[in-house]
Amino acid sequence: MLEYVGLIPLFPFIGFVINGLLGKKIKNEKVVGGLGALMVFCSFLVSSGILLQLIGRPAEERIFEKVIFTWIQSGQFKADAGFLVDPLSALMIMVVTGVGFLIHVYSIGYMHGEEGFYRYFAYLNLFTCSMLLLVLGNNMLLMFVGWEGVGLCSYLLIGYYFHKKSAGDAGKKAFVMNRVGDFGFLLGIFTLFWYMGQTHNVWTVNFREIAANAHLLPVGGVVTLIALFFFIGATGKSAQIPLYTWLPDAMEGPTPVSALIHAATMVTAGVYMIGRLNFIYIRSHEAMLVVAIVGAATAIFAATIGTAQNDIKRVLAYSTVSQLGFMFLAMGVGAFTAGVFHLMTHAFFKACLFLGSGSVIHSMHHALHHAHSHDDPQDMRNMGGLRKAMPITYLTFLVSTIAIAGIPGFSGFFSKDEILWQAFSNPFHGGLNIILWGTGAVAACFTAFYMFRLVFMTFFGECRITAKAKDHLHESPLVITFPLMVLGLLAVVGGYIGLPKLIGDMFGGIPNYFEQWLEPIFAGSHEFTLQQLAHAEVHHSHALEWGLMGASVVIAIVGISVAYTLYIASPQIPKKFTDAFPALHRAVYNKWYIDEIYDFLFVNPCKALGNFCWKGFDVLVVDGAVNGVASIVRGFSSVIKNLQTGYVHNYALSIVLGVVTIIAVYVIR
Amino acid sequence: MNSMPILSLITFLPLAGVLLLFFLPKESKGLLRSIALIVSLVVFVVSLPIVTGFQTNAEFQFNEFAPWIAAGPFQMNYSVGIDGISLWLVILTTFIMPIAILSTWTAVEERVKEYMICLLLLETGMLGAFISLDLFLFYVFWEIMLIPMYFIIGIWGGKNKIYAALKFFIYTFLGSVLMLVALLVLYFKAGAGDFNLMKFYELSLDPATQTWMFLAFALAFAIKVPMFPLHTWLPDAHTEAPTAGSVILAAIMLKMGTYGFVRFAMPLFPNATEQFTPLIATLSVIGIIYAALVAMVQEDVKKLVAYSSVAHLGFVMLGVFALNQQGVAGGMLQMINHGISTGALFLIVGFIYERRHTRLIADFGGLSKQMPVFATIFMIVTLSSIGLPGTNGFVGEFLVLIGAYESSLRWYALIATSGVILSAVYMLWMFQRVMFGELNNPKNQELKDLNAREVVIMIPLLVMIFWMGIYPTPFIEKMTPAIDKVIAYSKGKKLAAALQQAIPSAPGPAVMQPAILESK
Repeated sequence: MLEYVGLIPLFPFIGFVINGLLGKKIKNEKVVGGLGALMVFCSFLVSSGILLQLIGRPAEERIFEKVIFTWIQSGQFKADAGFLVDPLSALMIMVVTGVGFLIHVYSIGYMHGEEGFYRYFAYLNLFTCSMLLLVLGNNMLLMFVGWEGVGLCSYLLIGYYFHKKSAGDAGKKAFVMNRVGDFGFLLGIFTLFWYMGQTHNVWTVNFREIAANAHLLPVGGVVTLIALFFFIGATGKSAQIPLYTWLPDAMEGPTPVSALIHAATMVTAGVYMIGRLNFIYIRSHEAMLVVAIVGAATAIFAATIGTAQNDIKRVLAYSTVSQLGFMFLAMGVGAFTAGVFHLMTHAFFKACLFLGSGSVIHSMHHALHHAHSHDDPQDMRNMGGLRKAMPITYLTFLVSTIAIAGIPGFSGFFSKDEILWQAFSNPFHGGLNIILWGTGAVAACFTAFYMFRLVFMTFFGECRITAKAKDHLHESPLVITFPLMVLGLLAVVGGYIGLPKLIGDMFGGIPNYFEQWLEPIFAGSHEFTLQQLAHAEVHHSHALEWGLMGASVVIAIVGISVAYTLYIASPQIPKKFTDAFPALHRAVYNKWYIDEIYDFLFVNPCKALGNFCWKGFDVLVVDGAVNGVASIVRGFSSVIKNLQTGYVHNYALSIVLGVVTIIAVYVIR
Repeated sequence: MNSMPILSLITFLPLAGVLLLFFLPKESKGLLRSIALIVSLVVFVVSLPIVTGFQTNAEFQFNEFAPWIAAGPFQMNYSVGIDGISLWLVILTTFIMPIAILSTWTAVEERVKEYMICLLLLETGMLGAFISLDLFLFYVFWEIMLIPMYFIIGIWGGKNKIYAALKFFIYTFLGSVLMLVALLVLYFKAGAGDFNLMKFYELSLDPATQTWMFLAFALAFAIKVPMFPLHTWLPDAHTEAPTAGSVILAAIMLKMGTYGFVRFAMPLFPNATEQFTPLIATLSVIGIIYAALVAMVQEDVKKLVAYSSVAHLGFVMLGVFALNQQGVAGGMLQMINHGISTGALFLIVGFIYERRHTRLIADFGGLSKQMPVFATIFMIVTLSSIGLPGTNGFVGEFLVLIGAYESSLRWYALIATSGVILSAVYMLWMFQRVMFGELNNPKNQELKDLNAREVVIMIPLLVMIFWMGIYPTPFIEKMTPAIDKVIAYSKGKKLAAALQQAIPSAPGPAVMQPAILESK
């Protein structure tokens, strides 16, 4: 199976080509959508085969590289079109094709009747292809191809409803902010390539070769620079401070797109990249600290905004930004396994949440449409009590909410708790650990609050749309609810493959399979840490670990209780609160005015500078001088114009001058 | 290898076409167009054997030599040949010409005969310049090229055509005169008795002379590129020229400037090259950022594309002056890429201009709904222009930047890299305003999608966009040895040393030391 790794990205690419070129003529939605989903399913099958094959090998042999052809070669620079299969990429392709397939199926139902149905599936297949290239690429440059490719598909799908200006704006914003990140990514590639080549004569962008030569990299210094350059790339793609503002706007795209691209897969690319380059980050504490701080800050910052949004998808968008912050916090404290673990569980429950919100919006839209109402189907203030009309959506949504809130027994608990524990106990950041942990804990509390606020406002209480519309509320068809059920199930059980040792020991020593699986990827970094920080190793007692675990449960329950109090028990309180602190509410509701600040700081000055260069410099200064010369030439040519007519006179002049010059030079000699 | 003078054949076939057109009646426009198209297609087909027959080494090939003019102390020869650097530029020229001729098939109705004559004459001039190995011959072709382009802008141009043509002329003329003077001085300094480029390469000039010579040549070429701040003729010339004129100007004529640097200014004057590298790099980087900023605020699509040219050519110059394999190869690739992508963009602008007789961005919006095929093609070309991986633009831009980053131009490369952000801003913003949004202008609601001729024009360009993006190896491979040679000359090494240099970095898969994998 490993030999056929190339098929994994190829299948969705075929789907893209067929649907892109012929989809419009095929017209039949079942064929177009079915083909799109089938292609991803084929990739899923191949991926599963590869995974099984890897499992069958001893841990140290779980690595396979397949070069298809040499892509770019010039001087010492060489980049292949080749794939790297190892435990990390195998895990990623399973998530991408698995969740991707479910979302393709869901889309067949959700996008039913849309004008650009074929276009949607072509883009979605292209996205899947690019994402698979990103995770399978055997070198940084091919990863970059996927990296920009997913950005392009994100742009195209956000702008899917291109007749809406807001959609076009959001797409462009996403692309440009991602490009800011890509700028960093490119500089990272350049610096790493140049440094390894210049100082050690190792000219390569191949991941395996870089990893094998990681010991040549110094600690700190240029490595910090490289790590931070790559991290700029990650902040763009994974929507971290300061480049996160595109993600909430990206909700302009169809909801399944938000689930696939802006929750489960693409936005986690930055986390994957740090995992892939862990040997670089581990060599720079400064860079790791930056990653941890940015992650923690994003986690809490986005969570605060999430508490005040009324659009169901925007709450989930800020939630995604915040959860990605948790993953980066994990990477920044050296808990690579935990970060990737959270990436996976988050893919399950957040995809389920987005798809659930899509199901709700779908139903609301339908109901409002029948009642000829122009109310916003995405506004939670119009919802309420939907659990009766949509039981499956409700249940799967609730399960995923419990998972993200961090209630024990559900997947999110295991991954998030591991991150918080590592933030507290890691050997890297000393006294700052407590702050990192505290920030994460508070963000977790906010998470539980805003997610249950969402559940309460949407599924509980009284339905707030007109009675006429209410009658049209209905559960979504199976094509939509089936993916919800599968993802809901995964949101519950997905965490059990990564049981913390503490709990595993209780049940007769069940190992942490997830950690074992990724061990070959992160072993080098762990070894390096042990060498470097042997002196700083602090042993924490089991009691402390249990205590912190208990604390995070309490935190989640507090968040849920507050949400219950405010939105079920005494719903008048939020109103009083906003009346008491109008400025604060306005600021949070308006996302702390970050977009406006960016406009003021970057967008407007750039335009002004452009205008100044054009009208001030080009037109006034340079052209002014040229026009001056021109009038002199015109004056001169009028002297000899009796000799020449028409347009030829200018050229004649040149020949005359040319000959004069030749003679002059000759005579002078 | 047969002894057919293939380069002369390619170069002068268009001239034969011109003669043929002379004898055709003015009125039979269809026939005139068809003949011109057929001639350009034949030239393209005839030019293909130079790719297949090209030997991947640093030597000039398909050489032809004949004494030409002997006047007083001057001996001018007809000496032509190509190496890996000029090879692709010749092919680019023969490839673009049929497309250019097809592009204004219906747009030009006035003086069709003269128009087609100008286009074919232009082709001869451009091809001749790329194959000349005699400096004087190069100069002659360089001048020949200007006349038809001047007419194309001045006669078949838009509203402001006279102003644009004059401006184009003054700028290039200024450069030409300086180059001619420098050429003569060089000739006397060398005392070689002829203008053979090979002999000039072997010349050791004192640094002071080099400085002046370099400045004269560089100015002529920099105007042509155009480099900041000598670029202001370009937006006007591009905007006023008919589509074919803009396409040829962007795709081929601007390359005369960058080609001039690679072929003449740098290898002839190595000391001066070293001395002026910081200046050129500075101007290139300013050009990249400056042109992008100005492009961002343009209201006219064609002007926007013209300014984007200035930014792209800034990348070429930066790469070329990095003087290492990646930088120069990237610069050379970017020259071809720019020809394809920007050529395609001008064609696209031509399509909508022919339909709406306006190029103002504000007059459009929502065209995607009305013209889906056009929208798809426009999107692909836009992405290639902003260097998306998988398209040709990425390979060139990446090699330029990584080459410059490895060289002494690291800081310049760092700033230039930010150009990737700006190009996305201005291109996508323009695309959004033209193609997305509501289709609310009644004049746009009647627009027809691309016709067969227009699609046929675009297809070869689209194929090249992906081919060069996904499998650029054949292009890079053929130019590698010639680039090594140029680098060696430009760094002031003599031929023997140059060949020594060229051997270790000759093409071949094994560049990486196998030992590094074991060293764990």
